[in-house]
Amino acid sequence: MSQRFLMGNEAIALGALHAGVNVVSGYPGTPSTEILETIAKNNKDSSVYVEWSVNEKAALEVGAGAAYSGARSLVTMKQVGLNVASDPLMSLAYVGVKGGMVIVSADDPGPISSQTEQDTRHFAQFAKLPVFDPSSPEEAYEMIQDAFELSEKYGTPVLFRPTTRVCHGCANVEVRDSFEPHKAEGFVKDTMRWVIFPRTSYLNHCRIEKRDPQLGEEFSIYRFNKLSGSGRKGIATQGISYAYTCEALDGAGSECRLLRIATPNPFPEKLALEFLEGLDEVVCIEELDPVIERELIFICGRHNLNVKIHGKLDGTVQPAGENTVESVKDVLSKFLDIKYETEEYPAVPELPVRPPVLCAGCPHRASFYAVKQAVKGRKAVFSGDIGCYTLGNAQPLDMVDTCLCMGADVTIAQGIHRVEPDTLNFSFIGDSTFFASGITGVINAVYNQTDILLIVLDNSTTAMTGHQPHPGTGVTMMGEVCNAVSIEKILGAVGCTYVRTVDPLDLSAAESAVREAADMKGVRAIIMKSPCIAVCKPQELYSVDAGKCINCKKCIRELGCPAIVLSEGRPAIESSLCYGCGVCAQVCPAGAIGR
Amino acid sequence: MNNTLLCGVGGQGTVLASRLIAFAAMEKGENVRTSETIGMSQRGGCVVSHVRSGKDIASPMLPKGSADVIIAFEPAEAVRNISYLKKGGTVVVNKKAVKPVTASLTGSDYDGSEALEYLKANAADLRIIDGDDICRKCGSTKVLNIALLAAAAKSGALGMTVEELKSAVIKRIPERFHEINLKAIELA
Repeated sequence: MSQRFLMGNEAIALGALHAGVNVVSGYPGTPSTEILETIAKNNKDSSVYVEWSVNEKAALEVGAGAAYSGARSLVTMKQVGLNVASDPLMSLAYVGVKGGMVIVSADDPGPISSQTEQDTRHFAQFAKLPVFDPSSPEEAYEMIQDAFELSEKYGTPVLFRPTTRVCHGCANVEVRDSFEPHKAEGFVKDTMRWVIFPRTSYLNHCRIEKRDPQLGEEFSIYRFNKLSGSGRKGIATQGISYAYTCEALDGAGSECRLLRIATPNPFPEKLALEFLEGLDEVVCIEELDPVIERELIFICGRHNLNVKIHGKLDGTVQPAGENTVESVKDVLSKFLDIKYETEEYPAVPELPVRPPVLCAGCPHRASFYAVKQAVKGRKAVFSGDIGCYTLGNAQPLDMVDTCLCMGADVTIAQGIHRVEPDTLNFSFIGDSTFFASGITGVINAVYNQTDILLIVLDNSTTAMTGHQPHPGTGVTMMGEVCNAVSIEKILGAVGCTYVRTVDPLDLSAAESAVREAADMKGVRAIIMKSPCIAVCKPQELYSVDAGKCINCKKCIRELGCPAIVLSEGRPAIESSLCYGCGVCAQVCPAGAIGR
Repeated sequence: MNNTLLCGVGGQGTVLASRLIAFAAMEKGENVRTSETIGMSQRGGCVVSHVRSGKDIASPMLPKGSADVIIAFEPAEAVRNISYLKKGGTVVVNKKAVKPVTASLTGSDYDGSEALEYLKANAADLRIIDGDDICRKCGSTKVLNIALLAAAAKSGALGMTVEELKSAVIKRIPERFHEINLKAIELA
């Protein structure tokens, strides 16, 4: 054993390796991405199979097939990814597995970088699956190993639900030094087991309903479900909120009972009853949805307990957003009558706002600008998608009118077209998103003869989540070079009426392609291909020739590039930020920007 | 227990700095917890790293009013996080303002001076560092984080001595960068 400084996601990965995981699949998504990357980094001898799958549904099915074959499999994704994977998940809960299978779905209270504040614990209840909820990196390391054991013992996939502050928090963790992959038996044919039929589903449903109370009993004595303290008031908490609660109670000298739930489904009812016994009131401190709160209310009703349960449902705790030590202190100061000392500072002066922006040199800026110029004065709607390019919504580009979920740009544009056929309906999609869930939408448009303009923003990487490879990049997570899947060939093959690949950094070429396509019918596709600045070297930098600059500020007003700043009232290029994309030089009406 | 808060703008090198503090504390046999900004806000947004070391640490995020030292890579970011500073705490701040892209667009004249004035009035122990000057003398913009760490170590509020910082740099940073980083430590 040795002490290592690990991020929660790294601890989850090492825990899975130490549990003998054989097959790891996933789709990148903050805050889950580093789990799979850590597995790949620690897989020098290729004894574990690891892949970025095309999307979460594919990842989950790959993991299921491996687990059917007796291997231990780990599948990683963010919470909205579980929506994509929910079709196989719901059925797999009935079918079950042979080898241990753990599905990590990382939740994002806040949300800090997600579309929703959905709670994976509900998915566990919905699919009737056990779920683990760690509160620190060192717990996550231990718990993921417990999850594999439980999965194999009960022949069921298991959900593992960390949240952002656990995933991206770091701590010193005691870890084993080596690992040995599990030996898989291989796939054994058994139609009754592996083929889902209504009749077997009925039997499986009965089996699960009988099993879950047993699991609840087992969880009532599980080592990470903890009951401590004394008194007539109780706090029930989970995950990172447990850490905040401990911090808030530390040194406060207040008497109360503390229940920490690490396995919210099936709920450890026996332990909860022990907690509730003799209490007058309870406050539930949890993030996302009031899952523990509802369970406790249910238990009180079922057992006729006269204990008042407070939390999100009665407004005692904020209904949405992240908890913090301060928000927990705020709740506890009232509930336990604790006086916290606070440090007061005078009101701060107005501070600059720093919304996230497209990087200097980002090819997406050029793509958005080219489209904007090409259709200036025409009626157009720009449907966007999930990725760095969502940032194209910011001023001055203002080129993202809708954003819903992965792949929705293509199909939302089709719906708008049905209502507004005279509008140019653009859909912007990134390369990784195109492979993940864009292709079916394009086929839908072709089949249903829809007039849309598809702009594929191909920067040769999955940029937003930290540059993961995808089917178009020609490399895999096993370090192999493979044939890159051609977006252009796919678009041609499915019947797009116009397919061109252009370099968006050549603004006039990109604009004329858009103009040409705009006047045609059918599904017209333009692939704006230029690599993300994070995966290529900077070009020769640009600067403003003060003698030629007419100070019209068009470069600033129209591009919003972070490298172009106002210096003494005049545009100047910050050399430490410039990547040499040259878009500003093409925009400048005075020819004042050059190398 | 030592509580350090590092703040700045995405891309300034706060993450490496927080890791060095954590490694140095672990070398001394202490427990460490950190929390960082990863994801969308890295793109030119505000970034904050919390670093806590000691025996028993529950939360990876600092409670407000508990930071022994705030290491700010940018003046406005120091002010934005001032509520984390404990009474009598130290603020190490890089003098140079980073203008957000919105400042150029709106023609705002943010230059960091108002933020520095606020810090002068409200931080018990304030150390303003000319990071640009140190970087110029070392020949690299990448040494800013080490220079600020060194200034914090010299203040005595970091829970890490200058010698411990040097040792962390030697152990954790590739050898070809040792010379410029050690020079930055001297200059800070």
